[in-house]
Amino acid sequence: MSVVTTVVVAVCAALLAVAALLALYRAERGPSMLDRTVALDVFTTTVVAFIALEAAYSRRTDTIPVLVALSLVGFVGSVTIARFAAREPEGEGKVRTREEIAQEEAARALAERDDLRETDTDHHGGAAHGEVR
Amino acid sequence: MDAGTSIDGGVLLDALAGLFFLSGALLAFAAGVGLVRFPDLLARMHSATKPQVLGLILALIGLALRLRSGDVLWMLVLIVLFQLLTSPVASHMVGRAGYRTGKVRSDLLVVDDLTADQDAAEREAHAEDRLAAQLAREADEATGGRG
Repeated sequence: MSVVTTVVVAVCAALLAVAALLALYRAERGPSMLDRTVALDVFTTTVVAFIALEAAYSRRTDTIPVLVALSLVGFVGSVTIARFAAREPEGEGKVRTREEIAQEEAARALAERDDLRETDTDHHGGAAHGEVR
Repeated sequence: MDAGTSIDGGVLLDALAGLFFLSGALLAFAAGVGLVRFPDLLARMHSATKPQVLGLILALIGLALRLRSGDVLWMLVLIVLFQLLTSPVASHMVGRAGYRTGKVRSDLLVVDDLTADQDAAEREAHAEDRLAAQLAREADEATGGRG
């Protein structure tokens, strides 16, 4: 294993790692679900290339079935997501912060309580009376 | 690799494999940069296809040159075949879903045949509807005059 080989492998690994990180960045930010799909496809391909690089470095053949499986899994994932892609309202695709989620939860709980108060308990079943035997 | 020894075939093949791997990794890197920098879904898809087909083929050729065994060669060919069959289908579906759900920015497009064709088809359908309505009205007037 010469120095040249090691350097080539290191450079390839660095390039692939940066590519994977950039793809993950887009998967996290991507305004729509389809952007994330595309980014994750690139991520899968990068992983495939990385496993191929490792197999070439240590001359092993037992990881090659992993490559076959990965190349198929990426396809199934993106087709499934594309099939069920829907028109997303503005801002729906972004990842919410903890505070925003808490706010939405509170609003929903409030609406639910108002809803309960309005319903007629005689006909729409209020709280259970008596005890259950 | 000493300068004094003669370069045998194995070293040459390894060097070639390294070159193939380097170009594949460069394509993957370019795709990553494109994913982050490009403005809309179609442009990102364009950059994503680079490592999906050519980058993968280059990396697998590099792997085949390094392993140099016939047993794994057919499996690598199988992977490339799968990728060549599946990646156009996946891209088509993602692009279609993107167009239908309004994620294609039409101000960035140079040519948009699909929208033009759809508009033309819609106009044609409306014209046919109007014609049918007119015929129905005329028929109605004719029977009304008789009755």
